[in-house]
Amino acid sequence: MTNVKVNSVAKTYGTTPVLADITTEFPEGSFTSLLGPSGSGKTTLLRIIAGFIKPDQGVVMIGNNDVTDVPVWGRNIGMMFQSYALFPHMTIAQNVAFGLERRGIKGAEARKEVDRALEMVRLPGFGDRTPKQLSGGQQQRVALARAIVIKPSVLLLDEPLSALDRRLRQEMQVELLRIQRESGLTTIFVTHDQEEALTLSDKVAILDKGRIVQIGEPETVYEKPLTRFAAEFLGDSNFLTGTVENGAVRLADGSVVKSTSALPANGSTVTLAIRPEKMAITSGDTADNSIKARITTVIYAGPVLSYHLETADGVPLKLFAQNRDGTVLKEGDEISLGWSAEHTVAVAD
Amino acid sequence: MKSLGRFYLIATLVFLYTPILVMMAMGFNESQLYELPFTFSMRWYDALWNNKILLTAGMNSIIIALITSVLATALGTMASVALSRRTFRGKSLLQLMLLPPIAIPWLITGTAMLIFFYWTGIGRGMHALLIGHVALAIPYVVLVVGTGFRTIRADLEEAAMSLGSTPVHAFFSVTLPLLYPSILGAALFAFAVSLDQFVISYFLATPGYTTLPVQIYSSIRKGFTPEINAISTVLLLGSMTVILIFARFAKPGDTSDKR
Ligand SMILES: Nc1ncnc2c1ncn2[C@@H]1O[C@H](COP(=O)(O)OP(=O)(O)O)[C@@H](O)[C@H]1O
Ligand SMILES: [Mg+2]
Repeated sequence: MTNVKVNSVAKTYGTTPVLADITTEFPEGSFTSLLGPSGSGKTTLLRIIAGFIKPDQGVVMIGNNDVTDVPVWGRNIGMMFQSYALFPHMTIAQNVAFGLERRGIKGAEARKEVDRALEMVRLPGFGDRTPKQLSGGQQQRVALARAIVIKPSVLLLDEPLSALDRRLRQEMQVELLRIQRESGLTTIFVTHDQEEALTLSDKVAILDKGRIVQIGEPETVYEKPLTRFAAEFLGDSNFLTGTVENGAVRLADGSVVKSTSALPANGSTVTLAIRPEKMAITSGDTADNSIKARITTVIYAGPVLSYHLETADGVPLKLFAQNRDGTVLKEGDEISLGWSAEHTVAVAD
Repeated sequence: MKSLGRFYLIATLVFLYTPILVMMAMGFNESQLYELPFTFSMRWYDALWNNKILLTAGMNSIIIALITSVLATALGTMASVALSRRTFRGKSLLQLMLLPPIAIPWLITGTAMLIFFYWTGIGRGMHALLIGHVALAIPYVVLVVGTGFRTIRADLEEAAMSLGSTPVHAFFSVTLPLLYPSILGAALFAFAVSLDQFVISYFLATPGYTTLPVQIYSSIRKGFTPEINAISTVLLLGSMTVILIFARFAKPGDTSDKR
């Protein structure tokens, strides 16, 4: 229950920079997701915080302690591994008690803590079983109990849910969030699943090529992406490119798009991101911005219709529409799209 | 198909065990010249009891095999830990170099050792036998323990370290218990390699210090009595007991509790 800070942390393997000058803070009791594509350095950052990897430069702080030179076993971290990593030759109770024993807690006191932890993950009375007698989801809960029973300063999770099927995964997300709230543990959660990151987190950090390109609350990161990469990786985005002209953006076809974002100087080129669900099919110029496009593909997904479109200039667009009245447009239909200036976000490339 | 398979298995066992059973039976036969009809007698066991040379050779064999087993298992397991869990220069070469000694004919290895030991002043005798046997057994141990290592995930030790274990504690509390069956199997292997060893022992033994296979060989050349059958039976039953105890406790082949 402490805040965690990393300051100017960098790591290079051979000649490949894997992390480049990462500085960020994980506030006490918060749930932060590290989100990014495979190879963006999420695991490396998490393992640096855990103490498995020594950074080439920079400082890791847990609470007020500089732990950069402290090995894993001296850091008081709770870690959950993708493979659960339960000790197969020990019972569930022995697994959970392992960290307590390392801290000199034994006997009745340890048993009480183990029972409490197993209760917290909803596996009371499972102490005498062995890991192989448990299902994947149950093993996962045990791994979580083992990590939290030691009251770690920080809970670190590296894609712990990615091995589970969809239903179990959603169930575990809810459990994880409940347990994190109950325990108040500062939690850092690595995932490449954007929906998981949005639903679970107080803060989302988007990593790209070893850098944190944006960190903030889920709404902020989703609604106001700072870069094209962030807009594209977290959710879907449409992009329009134009030239700044008197506080608005003129596209190649001559039409003008308004945005409430701060725009660069007149004459510079700018990319605008608009979420597909923020666009609507309109008749006439009722919205701040509008554009004409032709439908190229229709994807019927039940509650939501997803249209792929193309403007006269050949710019591809996506549109998500609620399936409210049951009308489904067809390929080749020409439609007019409207959206507001507020949902038009200028992003860096 | 199934009955054919069973027939095949039974035939194999018959061909394997019949000579051994005949050998054992002849140890209880009165006749010195292995003549029939069979007359039960403990005569050869009595004779064996008084045959100091054979008994000493038998004891030597067992002592050498035990020491070899302990040393080779300890050294081989340590080598296996390094090869499985660490990265260092020349590792793949080292790993590769472990295999040829298993395939090189013992006659060649034995000759090489004899020359080398003569040259370096190590000479012959018990210490030379021990060095030779340990060197022979280590590759088997590394192979068996290395296979065991492959079934243990590296993240188990990491999990232990995240819970407060030093690397040494993590190894002893997590990896070693899981490796235990493999290490036991390797020890048994090393024991068998040493106990079985004839060629190298023949080269490195001295007139005053021999092992059982070497002694049996020289007895056979001089003309022998069923005392040889008696000591072979004792040794055989001894090794069988060790193997059965091992099979009972270590359940070789059972990896069901390791993911
Ligand atoms: N031990 C290592 N040696 C060399 N390269 C590594 C090592 N560990 C990771 N990398 C490289 O660092 C990059 C980031 O890896 P990682 O942190 O695992 O990314 P992520 O978890 O986001 O998928 C990858 O390109 C990977 O190949
Ligand atoms: Mg990863």
